[in-house]
Amino acid sequence: MLLIRCPYCEEERPELEFRNAGEAHVARSTDMAAISDDDFEKFFFIRSNPKGIIFERWRHIHGCARFFNAARDTVTDKFLVTYKAGEPKPDLEGLVSNEPAAYANRPPDQLNVKKPRRAPAKKKGEA
Amino acid sequence: MAEPFRISGAGRLTPAKTARFTFDGKPFSGIEGDTLASALLANGVHLVGRSFKYHRPRGFLSAGAEEPNALVSIERDAARKTPNVRATVQELYDGLAAHSQNRWPSLSFDVGAVNDLASPFFSAGFYYKTFMWPKAAWKNLYEPKIRAAAGLGVAPDQPDPDHYSSRFAHCEVLVLGGGASGIAAALAAAETGVRVILADEQSELGGALRFESGSRVDGQDGFAWAQGAVAKLAAMDNVRLLPRTTAFGYYAQNFVGLTERVTDHLAAPGHDLPRERLWQIRAKKVVIATGAIERQMVFADNDRPGVMLASAARAYLNHYGVAVGRQVGVYTANDSAYAAAIDLKKAGVNIAAIVDLRDNPSGPLIDEARTLGIELNLGRAVVKARGNLRVSAMVVQPKNGGAERTIPVDALLMSSGWTPSVHLFSQSRGKVAFDDATRRFLPGAYAQDCVSVGACNGTDSLEASLDEGYAAGAKAAKEAGGKAVRGGAKPKADAGEGWTGGMLGSAPGAGAGTTVKAFVDFQNDVTAKDIRQAVHEGMRSIEHVKRFTTNGMATDQGKTSNMHGLAIAAETLGKEIPEVGLTTFRAPYTPVTFGSIVNHARGPLFDPTRRTATHDWAERQGAVFEDVGQWKRAWYFPRAGEDMHAAVNRECVTVRKAAGLFDASTLGKIEVVGPDAAKFMELLYTNPWEKLGVGRCRYGVMLREDGFIYDDGVVGRLAADRFHVTTTTGGAARVMNMMEDYLQTEFPGLNVWLTSTSEQWAVIAVQGPKSRDIIAPFVEGIDLADEALPHMSVREGKICGVPTRLFRMSFSGERGFEVNVPADYGLAVWEALWAEGQKHGACAYGTETMHVLRAEKGYIIVGQDTDGTVTPADAGLDWAIGKKKTDFVGIRGLSRPDLVAPGRKQLVGLKTKDPKTVLEEGAQVVANPNQPIPMKMIGHVTSSYWSENCGRSIALALVVDGHSRMGETLFVPMPSGVIEVEICSAVFFDEKGGRLNG
Amino acid sequence: MADSVQAAVRNPAQAGREFQATGVKLATLPPAHRISLRAPAASVAALSKALGLTLPEKPKTSASKGSRTALWLGPDEWLVIDDGANDPLQDCAGVEALHSAVGISHRNMAISVTGQGAESTVSAGCPQDLSLAAFPVGACSRTILGKSEIVLLRTADEAFRVECWRSFSDYVFTFLTEAARDASA
Repeated sequence: MLLIRCPYCEEERPELEFRNAGEAHVARSTDMAAISDDDFEKFFFIRSNPKGIIFERWRHIHGCARFFNAARDTVTDKFLVTYKAGEPKPDLEGLVSNEPAAYANRPPDQLNVKKPRRAPAKKKGEA
Repeated sequence: MAEPFRISGAGRLTPAKTARFTFDGKPFSGIEGDTLASALLANGVHLVGRSFKYHRPRGFLSAGAEEPNALVSIERDAARKTPNVRATVQELYDGLAAHSQNRWPSLSFDVGAVNDLASPFFSAGFYYKTFMWPKAAWKNLYEPKIRAAAGLGVAPDQPDPDHYSSRFAHCEVLVLGGGASGIAAALAAAETGVRVILADEQSELGGALRFESGSRVDGQDGFAWAQGAVAKLAAMDNVRLLPRTTAFGYYAQNFVGLTERVTDHLAAPGHDLPRERLWQIRAKKVVIATGAIERQMVFADNDRPGVMLASAARAYLNHYGVAVGRQVGVYTANDSAYAAAIDLKKAGVNIAAIVDLRDNPSGPLIDEARTLGIELNLGRAVVKARGNLRVSAMVVQPKNGGAERTIPVDALLMSSGWTPSVHLFSQSRGKVAFDDATRRFLPGAYAQDCVSVGACNGTDSLEASLDEGYAAGAKAAKEAGGKAVRGGAKPKADAGEGWTGGMLGSAPGAGAGTTVKAFVDFQNDVTAKDIRQAVHEGMRSIEHVKRFTTNGMATDQGKTSNMHGLAIAAETLGKEIPEVGLTTFRAPYTPVTFGSIVNHARGPLFDPTRRTATHDWAERQGAVFEDVGQWKRAWYFPRAGEDMHAAVNRECVTVRKAAGLFDASTLGKIEVVGPDAAKFMELLYTNPWEKLGVGRCRYGVMLREDGFIYDDGVVGRLAADRFHVTTTTGGAARVMNMMEDYLQTEFPGLNVWLTSTSEQWAVIAVQGPKSRDIIAPFVEGIDLADEALPHMSVREGKICGVPTRLFRMSFSGERGFEVNVPADYGLAVWEALWAEGQKHGACAYGTETMHVLRAEKGYIIVGQDTDGTVTPADAGLDWAIGKKKTDFVGIRGLSRPDLVAPGRKQLVGLKTKDPKTVLEEGAQVVANPNQPIPMKMIGHVTSSYWSENCGRSIALALVVDGHSRMGETLFVPMPSGVIEVEICSAVFFDEKGGRLNG
Repeated sequence: MADSVQAAVRNPAQAGREFQATGVKLATLPPAHRISLRAPAASVAALSKALGLTLPEKPKTSASKGSRTALWLGPDEWLVIDDGANDPLQDCAGVEALHSAVGISHRNMAISVTGQGAESTVSAGCPQDLSLAAFPVGACSRTILGKSEIVLLRTADEAFRVECWRSFSDYVFTFLTEAARDASA
């Protein structure tokens, strides 16, 4: 179960309270009746479905009931940012990271190197 | 002595606390604190099961959750039969009744064992290759037979009488695994004051300290230290201990699923106790301390009862006080088995010999074994275990071949090394990395905010594990907001054990070219030969090898077999292990009951059952109910002797002759309030709303952007800035969602707000020529005269002394009212109207009559007569589109080329040529019944009823170009013959609509 | 006509239903006045004045005065509950500032969950962190209990008010009953 930060409730809440609402930033024309068939097709049928970062809508339906937007990585399921409906697409610079959360024991370039039989002694009082 | 293999003075159990139990009906005695496995071993019982495919006799391999062999059924009573329980995990209780599985007629004589003799035919992929033809036989003949012959226990055939519960929990630090490093992590984290949860699958925490006799921490025996530390943790308010709790799944953002076994160890569980409790824990930080699992040696007939992991024998001895044999052999490729031999020898058990594949092992344990006078056979291999129902000897040979020597044994301990349990780390989407030096997979790159400590992290010594656990717990707690601690009580190891090394893959005598049965995966009966054969038959990926051989696919999920299987595949492929890769670890870590997953959601809590305010009244009247979504709605009200048909016919006639009362409370209701309310309605519905007068109603149609009908309902204008919108019962939630969506994201500038009032109002529909007479005596403040309250009007006033929104409207075609009252008054107002209605010959009617009456009038039901591809024009509702409007949801969709092209299916009426014939809903309509099959279908029946009022059957259908086919004859081919139908108007009754005002 | 009419009696959902286990007590609360109040920020002061309490503007908080409590449910949404005689709907009727007040006294019902096992009981079906640090007294939220939506208000260290829609009340009460049994186990 994901943990999603609601930009209106200003905290992370369990996914059970939310409902996904499809791709974000698909604006409805202010002159809807006049748009071309091609534009209608793009507006109604065509979605990007990326592998990677997707901008999508969520509704905190069992919470504050607000719709809002999120940038999420479809590979890792990680949310980069959530923001209120109507706000522009955020700059993801600095938010996207392909680095893992951490490396176990050793840095990645030494991952297959023999480990010392005993872990180095910890300093006293390090807690 | 009742338990011949219990060693006086050994172990930690209290001998006075005896517990009686039975195995296959035979009575035995054990001690409280035993597992079923240790109690059986104390009685000298090794043979406990038959294997999955070959029906080979099997005993205990392990003393823990990794057990692949010793699966039994536990029966508390007729309904409480749990198959496939690992005897090594099941705690003993007084009166426990266990049964062996997968054997017939008995465990020691099993007819299915003929499969073992025929095993050359049962090699890897055998089923795939053999039972391919004829195709149908797989489903009907082969598969059922194979499933009956192979298999695990039998599922109980009665509903589970136990209950299961669920708990969400949150903490800063979650520690998974209560061995030395996990306890150290929990101690460090707890000291900082943050919330800590420590979960372990065992009843008593301690992990490997349970059997590691050489470990001492803080001046005490390691296991005793663990119990003291656990007691200290238990006394802290910020710590929750979860023993008997298995973390089975690690999900996104440190969300961990665990199941706690609450009563499986109790002789007489209290009724209020759930059998299991599902914990769904969200942790800021997770410390994974899941330890390591010992592997078997892969040699011929290494599955004989009595052949087991060295650490298991130690656990049975050092914790349970049980000797696994009297003449014990040891076969190893690393040091840890020496410790088992030494412990047993010191406890007075004869060690026949230690056979070590290594030529020159050295170290204190080897020295001690020598000192104790144990025979060491170095550079040698056990090439075969003799015996059938119990190991009787080990056949020893120099590892490069030579003379064989047979050494009699009654138990054979083995160890090829330890596999770090990276299951949960891998489930967290962390990437494992192969450590060349120690030839094992260890945690590599992390994907989540967790850390691995101790043996699962490749940290071998007790001292280092305690240090690592303590440091990780402290760091995690600090990062999660814990307060700084000076001079924390870090545990110190005075002496400890730690193991590395060993071997992977098949041992001498079971290598390439041999056909012996050297088991890699005990539970699925996969041998080293099977793995090699899979590679020879073209499997290159370890994922393919796994699926072809089923290695690692049993309920133990390859805890002891994966690494061996991988090594053998790699060797056969001529590749390095990391090149071949590891199969993905998936949840659950150990089997989880459906009860635990479902927990409260069964019986009345399976799904909410929604009832209206008049439900109990309708029940008392004998109403039959139907499910409409989560709602229970009165379907019809049969009187004595009436079937559904008779009841509905009577109700239909009564409504049109006198009147009927109908509970319409389940309809969705939304209050649209604000200065821009009408503007908003204009955008969401096809109809015009600005000019709808206050106090008037209109039938509204809602589309999706693609132009198809989404919902409909009557809307009343209560004030210039307030609309009372009704939706279909099933559409209530989604219409509200769609309205909110447009309001919040497309039209946020509008000053209007939406409130669901579906459940604020109970709605009593009073329909029929007498309807006004029925409500009139109770209404205050509303003029009911036709001029004052014409069809499609709404007024606020009082009825029965309580507030009402009184709608003059009709879904029956008769003069009608829908009385809205606050829901808690619904029953009383209904009863008042019912009593009055009786005087006028009115009846109560249900949803079936409602459906017939509306169909007689050609009123559609969204979702029945429409299916998401029907436009207002298709449904004959184009009159409901505001022609002057420049925007509403769906306006553009309506002009899409396909929606305006000829050939659309349009809603029409159908009359069968034989008026008595009632069509089936969903039946297909064709133009020519004599055409070859498959016929060209030009439409389908959406609604069909017997209409008592019309004296004939009626139907609605969607038919290609239906509106221009009036009077045409079409055909409905059915299995029993072709039915001739005529296309007609969708209005079957009172076409001019005069009765609405009559 | 009116003289002959006997006023309809009220039949609240789950009226009088109670459950008690060791450390947990459940009880259906008596009917109350309730409105769903929606308004932009500019109207909050005027509405607060009319209602006699300051409408909370911080997420997950509530404000109480006398028998009246206003729960923040969303950035422009409050649930106002009055256990006394005064209907907040009347108090809002005269407010000129932009708003929507809709009576929902009968849409919702309330169950009190009290006792040392109250938090565990609600945690059986509610995925939020309900510790006092994360969900202190006065905290409130629309959320989930099992398969039903609820509004949760913490009224004391060991007391919650669970509001749900009328037709979900049997489910919610039954769920809480099972959960309370477990919490007391």
